[in-house]
Amino acid sequence: MASQLIEKYFRTDTLPNIWCPGCSNGIVTSAIVRAIDNLKLDQNKVCIVSGIGCSSRASGYLDFDTLHTTHGRALAFATGIKLANPELTVIVITGDGDNASIGGNHFIHACRRNIDITAIMYNNSIYGMTGGQYSPTTPRFDKATTAPYGNIDRYFNICGLAEAAGATYVARGTAYHTPQLIKLFENAISHKGFSFVEAVSICPTYYGRKNKKGSPANMLKWQRDHAVNIKQIDKLSQEDLKDKFIIGEFVNKDEPEFTEEYQKMIENLRTVLK
Amino acid sequence: MTTTLMQGNEAVVSAALKAGLKFYAGYPITPSTEIAELCSEKLPLVGGKFIQMEDEIASMAAIIGASLTGIKSMTATSGPGFSLKQENIGFAAMAEVPCVIIDVQRTGPSTGMPTSPGQGDVMQSRWGTHGDHPIIVISPSSVKETYFATVKAFNYAEKYRTPVILLMDEVIGHLREAVDLNEFENLEIINRKTPESKENYLPFENIKDGTAPLAPFGKGFRFHVTGLSHNEKGYPTNNTEVTEKLMQRLLDKIENNKDDICISEEVNTDGGDVLIVSFGSSARASKSAMEILKTENIKVGLFRPITIWPFPEKKLKEIYKSFKKIFVVEMNAGQLFYEIDRIVKGNIPVLKINKFNGEYFTPEFIAQKIKESL
Repeated sequence: MASQLIEKYFRTDTLPNIWCPGCSNGIVTSAIVRAIDNLKLDQNKVCIVSGIGCSSRASGYLDFDTLHTTHGRALAFATGIKLANPELTVIVITGDGDNASIGGNHFIHACRRNIDITAIMYNNSIYGMTGGQYSPTTPRFDKATTAPYGNIDRYFNICGLAEAAGATYVARGTAYHTPQLIKLFENAISHKGFSFVEAVSICPTYYGRKNKKGSPANMLKWQRDHAVNIKQIDKLSQEDLKDKFIIGEFVNKDEPEFTEEYQKMIENLRTVLK
Repeated sequence: MTTTLMQGNEAVVSAALKAGLKFYAGYPITPSTEIAELCSEKLPLVGGKFIQMEDEIASMAAIIGASLTGIKSMTATSGPGFSLKQENIGFAAMAEVPCVIIDVQRTGPSTGMPTSPGQGDVMQSRWGTHGDHPIIVISPSSVKETYFATVKAFNYAEKYRTPVILLMDEVIGHLREAVDLNEFENLEIINRKTPESKENYLPFENIKDGTAPLAPFGKGFRFHVTGLSHNEKGYPTNNTEVTEKLMQRLLDKIENNKDDICISEEVNTDGGDVLIVSFGSSARASKSAMEILKTENIKVGLFRPITIWPFPEKKLKEIYKSFKKIFVVEMNAGQLFYEIDRIVKGNIPVLKINKFNGEYFTPEFIAQKIKESL
């Protein structure tokens, strides 16, 4: 099964990938491909757009029309593609630095616009490609190559931001909870409107090493032990939820979608002008 | 009656639609805003798309994305926004995505004088994005020429798979002139080449002095586009030989086609006392200054590059030696001057006449400056 998926959806002549041993980008990328396969999407009508960073290199390995753009700008490129050709399924692969920092403005406006794009943010809490600098999602007091005495910046809850900015589908999953992650991707891609999934990932090489998080397996186990499904939080006390993070669907609602609204305007004009 | 009064910015939109524009993304900025407003009105009527993005960076990104689906796209801006677009203009140059960028120049630097003309983006239009890269920049001098230049800009973008900049200025953008619409019929419209077969498609094939056909996204070609150095398939590479070939081809496709690309106007260039080199709106005042100087028996010629980059070097070399002096007239502190000075190599004096205070040149001012130096 795995090898068939690789043959079908990966550009095998670009492999092996550049990711470090133990990196979870392979798990998340594979989950995207499985979601696409489960949804039986036409491979020729799926377009993958990415920004800059470790996660954004995924686009090059995938056998679709793929666009590896500039740092933080993937959603703006994707907006051009989707509006120009709404029949394409447009999926953006981004990271915490790419999306939550340099691309923050494009992100909130893509959420607000509710354009039918799925954005998947691999959140490894660090700038991996440049060697381990702290990102907007590096937890406070954790170390990074630019936070040698601990990070004093506050943590950015990107799912909260997406919801506040108007995204109509918002979810968080982890590299550990892969079956759920695949399902969340499927739901996000099927959703009409702007969908956002945060995929909590691991970077053993920089974040893990700097913060003594142990082996890649240990880091994934940490996800297992600290993630709480949103469906269970009602049953848990504040004390139980201390040091935990929530996974699952946060938002799933119908709102007018941008490219459909635009098409309606074109049709209305045609009727009026007839 | 086919004669109508048309504004420069309006001519851009009419011509862009004529050339086949189907997508505009932009962000409001004076003095280019009429272009966005008109596109928002006209594009939906032809089934095209207009979007006001969150900033100029996003606008530039969006037109690149749209172009990759196989349609013609454009954005318009002025100095501060032009600065923001530079990052993705470089992407379009590297990834060879056809698109047109209109820069209606105002007085800079920074916020400067938003409603006043300037020509301070001459060097930014050439070197604004980082790294060596190909670029084509066209600077029209009238409303009619703005129309032709806009169509040319799309043609060059499609033919050479490159971003093309239409370098306007506030005077030309807001100028209203009578134009004969008949003259805009029967213009050549070039569309990008698309591949015939999916087999062995190389979107970045090493074609001497040229570009590979560009497949639209969504048609099953499933190719990769990146701003990283890449091989002929589009895959990222750190290979120095592959990179050298790519870079050389990107530069050569413009450099070795200069005879096809370069356009200029020459007035009375068979010799004389003074050769004025000027472009855009400054060339209009320069032409009037020629008339003043003629009455005082000073023999003046005018060389007007219409493509600023690549600069029509060959043409200037043919004519300048029959003059005693060159004056480069531009609304900045001297930018195109450096290119002229480089070409002339000290054979005759090259002098500057400049304005950078937001005021447009008067013919008298230019004539006076020339007389003073004779």
